Amino acid sequence: MTLESLIQSALSGDKKAIARLITLVENDEEKAREIIRRIYPHTGKAYVVGITGPPGSGKSTLLDKLIKLARDDGHKVGVIAIDPTSPFTGGALLGDRLRMQRHSTDPGVFIRSMATRGSLGGLAKATNDAVKVLDASGYDLIFVETVGVGQIEVDIVKTADTVVLVTVPGLGDEVQAIKAGLMEVADIFAINKADREGTEMVYLELKMALEFERDKWKKLGWEPPIVETTAFTLKGVRPLWEAIKRHRKHMEESGRLRERRAFRAREEVKTIIASTIARKVEERLARGEAKELIEEVVERRLDPYSASQIVMEKLKEDLWR
Amino acid sequence: MVDRSKVRVVIAKPGLDGHDRGAKVVARALKEAGYEVIYTGIRQTPEQIVETVVQEDAAVLGISILSGAHMVLIPKIIKLLEERGIKPNEDIVIFAGGIIPPDDAEELKKMGVAEVFGPGTPLRTVIEFVDRAVENLKRFKA
Repeated sequence: MTLESLIQSALSGDKKAIARLITLVENDEEKAREIIRRIYPHTGKAYVVGITGPPGSGKSTLLDKLIKLARDDGHKVGVIAIDPTSPFTGGALLGDRLRMQRHSTDPGVFIRSMATRGSLGGLAKATNDAVKVLDASGYDLIFVETVGVGQIEVDIVKTADTVVLVTVPGLGDEVQAIKAGLMEVADIFAINKADREGTEMVYLELKMALEFERDKWKKLGWEPPIVETTAFTLKGVRPLWEAIKRHRKHMEESGRLRERRAFRAREEVKTIIASTIARKVEERLARGEAKELIEEVVERRLDPYSASQIVMEKLKEDLWR
Repeated sequence: MVDRSKVRVVIAKPGLDGHDRGAKVVARALKEAGYEVIYTGIRQTPEQIVETVVQEDAAVLGISILSGAHMVLIPKIIKLLEERGIKPNEDIVIFAGGIIPPDDAEELKKMGVAEVFGPGTPLRTVIEFVDRAVENLKRFKA
């Protein structure tokens, strides 16, 4: 099957083709470029909800219920569930899907597991592109689930229109970590497993932390709600779904959605440029002449700054190729 | 050898069999070897397993079954895969493990299961098998 016919099949909703496109954007940078170029005009209809929080907070189980609620509202739902790649072996165990498996056979749901493959921000490098593939193929509500605890995992903001931060009672210090990193990032806070002891304490801690940002939220017109959920039942998750819908309405009506998407587009272009340059730099440095240059640096005949100037001169040619 | 980190493996447990230790051990071993492994959990229908393989664009499917229902469930899975245009040994490597008598294993191999691993199979054997078997898939041959 040619790339073109694969793209056509995906655009008309064929799940096998959609899955193959996602694999290609994950594995092959050149094909990714071509694919995104082709499908981009068909994107823009999907609303993206990021679900992040520490491991064990019940994100996948929450998501299982959110999918049902979203389907009941008539959405076609895409899910990208991200788990970390082992830095030692390069492998990954992607187990989020397990909790949402009953939706696998729903024709209106597409669930894809992704490994971070070395990215540090909590998302896989190809997550944005995978979201675009699902968007172009007709999935109008896309959940991106990722592990997030602190300041490093804030990539989710670069992908999602609404960010939900999930936490659970009894985590102790981890709430501190959340406050340190993700308070500014979350649009909605969900205290999951709210039937457990300690819920009220978490609620108060979050409320206090939000107080510091009170002016900011007032200006933006949205005060992040703290929703208590129990992911066992639909009833226990409905308040979260309602909060997500309210936030979406706010984003659309206030014009903030457009701003956020503009920010995202800029970040995306920036990231692509940075990774292209990084790759070309690696290619340059792998060449014989570069090795000699490095020798000069080691032998103290040339300082690193001057060496890098020389490489950057050569890089100018590389960038235009 | 194919880059393991680009090979996606689905480990599935069809039917009413809840004994998942073996499946989890194999899943973990494949992950430690560098593969990307998607574990479906227990009590999967053949339809759910096939949909998972499709959506995850898996190159390998490992089926774990200890309940004795393998001669019903595995052929059903293969049939559904073929209906989606996914051919064993061309598009996907299928292997099975658990409690499967040798005669049944032979039957299953004729249907497209590439290998059947009994209890006590060293994990290294499974990994080496997957390494070799994926090399014959269309997608990795180009």
